[in-house]
Amino acid sequence: MKRSLKKTMIAAASAIAAITAAGGAVAFCGFYVAKADTKLFNKASKVAIMRDGERTVITMSNDYQGKLKEFALVVPVPVVLEEGQIHVTDNAIIDHLDAYTSPRLVEYFDEDPCEQRVYEMAAKAAPSAAGAAMDRRRGDDAFGVTVEAEYTVGEYDIQILSAKESGGLAGWLKQNGYKLPDGAESTLGSYIKQGTKFFVAKINLEEQAKTGLHYLRPLQIAFESPKFMLPIRLGTVNADGKQELFVFALTRNGRVETTNYRTVKLPTGMNVPTYVKDEFGDFYKSMFAEQVQRESENAVFLEYAWDMNWCDPCAADPMSSDELRELGVYWTDGGDSIKPMPRRPIPSGGSQDVFVTRLHVSYDAAHFPEDLMFKTTGERENFQGRYVLRHPYKGDAKCEAATEYRAGLPKRYEQEAQTLATLTGWDIDDIRVKMKEDGQSFPPPKKDKWWENLWGKSNKSNSRG
Amino acid sequence: MALGSLLIFGIAGRAFSIEGVDIAAIFATALATQWALSAIFAVRFEAKSALITVLSLTLLLRANTAYPLMAAAFIAISSKFLLRANGKHIFNPANIGIVAVTLFSGAAWTTPGQWGTAIWLAAIIAGAGFFVTYRVSRLDTPLIFLGTFATLIVARALWLGDPLSIPMLRLQNGALILFAFFMISDPKTTPDGLAARALFAAATALLSYVFIYHFYRADGIFYALALACIARPLIERFDSARAYRWSDPPRLNPIKKPAAAPAE
Repeated sequence: MKRSLKKTMIAAASAIAAITAAGGAVAFCGFYVAKADTKLFNKASKVAIMRDGERTVITMSNDYQGKLKEFALVVPVPVVLEEGQIHVTDNAIIDHLDAYTSPRLVEYFDEDPCEQRVYEMAAKAAPSAAGAAMDRRRGDDAFGVTVEAEYTVGEYDIQILSAKESGGLAGWLKQNGYKLPDGAESTLGSYIKQGTKFFVAKINLEEQAKTGLHYLRPLQIAFESPKFMLPIRLGTVNADGKQELFVFALTRNGRVETTNYRTVKLPTGMNVPTYVKDEFGDFYKSMFAEQVQRESENAVFLEYAWDMNWCDPCAADPMSSDELRELGVYWTDGGDSIKPMPRRPIPSGGSQDVFVTRLHVSYDAAHFPEDLMFKTTGERENFQGRYVLRHPYKGDAKCEAATEYRAGLPKRYEQEAQTLATLTGWDIDDIRVKMKEDGQSFPPPKKDKWWENLWGKSNKSNSRG
Repeated sequence: MALGSLLIFGIAGRAFSIEGVDIAAIFATALATQWALSAIFAVRFEAKSALITVLSLTLLLRANTAYPLMAAAFIAISSKFLLRANGKHIFNPANIGIVAVTLFSGAAWTTPGQWGTAIWLAAIIAGAGFFVTYRVSRLDTPLIFLGTFATLIVARALWLGDPLSIPMLRLQNGALILFAFFMISDPKTTPDGLAARALFAAATALLSYVFIYHFYRADGIFYALALACIARPLIERFDSARAYRWSDPPRLNPIKKPAAAPAE
């Protein structure tokens, strides 16, 4: 039965539901099972990168909570950007991409063991939660630094700087009120020697007021560069603890991975106790932290890799062509969004031709001394972080198979408990207690008396062997 | 031989997402090509070198389907028979296999980041074991290569003012270590004289550095070795001239082993 469960997949829409099930069974429904708090991770950034050849579009999203006046961003960029290469977009798009790619919880319901069928049911995922606490520095006026260009784009005042030496740049930034942490100077120096320019953004309060928004919208930059990387070093300089980074890479070819750090797949496909449904957010967070430790804190985690024409099960609707185009996918036609067929596998080569990779990094200077260097591979194998709830059959069932089924449940529960403990590092006894409260108790409901096995039983057969 | 098989399966088992089918496909293609071409060229069938090629391809190359991997194995082995100069192979077999399929098809790729420090250690141990049992005389090649490469990236870090943890991170790259001990070390595609070999290894390191840091090719080491192999006849000419006049007393005959070498 386990086999057939595994093989069958479900698709669930937020509104509609279309489902395939094994063994000719009819399946049904689709609803939200778990929704993790979007504020799961503090000090997190979400960055979408479109990469095709040397063409690059980076979308930087942040959940900056402080005073707008004090917001400042310093991003090393490979070239001086023209005004048209800078853009401000909407949070909703990144949030959608986040939801579409987030680890998901899937729910299965065991059938009446007396009838050899299996129903299944889909579920919904936990959006990651992130937003940037990027480099917060603020500025004022010139020093020994060339301001290559100045623009106001949306609510941002942007300057592109180039500098000859780090002392000058650091001085300029300090003079301009940027709080440069100790150690930033040498990092700046390294970037300068590599010919890097600096993209500096502050909030234009007047323009910001016009937007009527209480949050900052994601900044986007488009450029061409042979370097496929994401600068994280400046962010680690003022490190008070680790920072979380979600990278959503959009390519034509396939999965993106890091070349200077190991890219590790998040554990997936495990059966976990049903109570996890109510604490999926905690589960995901603990599991991630545990995996980070297990990989010596220096691995990049793959959470999702998928052809964007479909998903199964879907944590959110696939992105429309318009949304993808906004994120830099210039080869989709945009215009009328060809709503992709979401719920079922479409052979590759579909209409979008976009492959998404979601990477999750928890980084600090000690474990990630170098910027993240990426590489697009031809790998098109789909991968998703997916966790399975199996609800036991609770109805009346009186047959030999049912007895066997029930006898097998405690073992299954124990396995689920151990899986959960291993994944998250949670205390196994706590897990057992919670499982019991949720109706997944361990001791077999009714234990056979030992002598019953000696001479057989009068009214009940036991086929355990 | 037993050691070779053990290494192949021991290390391949820890590789990142390679399927048994792919390993089998590489293995079968390499051995079949070796066998067929041995028959055609009327030489003794020798599985050992084909197995080392299989090992390198298995550990370093990835693809969506088995075909590009099989193509790489075929190119690798047939290059030994078809592309020769002065009785030696021009290209390192596994290397040319990798370069050919990654450069011209895009259907296969290398995974330079997929090795942790555990693999690094394993590769060093395996590499050491490999050399002890196989051909001690060529251990200098990987060491000179790694030494030169390390010098270059440490110098770069010092110039940039970067912490040394950055070059250290790069040096622990498992693919680099595997490349050094299992690929560039191949006795059939390195010059025979020590001086020429040192030059060959150092040039490969320099080219690797240029590919990686100036052309941003993460898999630059493979292209570097292919170029170095093309230039090798030049290096060897330079070597024999020098060796005549300047060779040290202990190395009267720069280990010119006949083709009896089990390597191919």
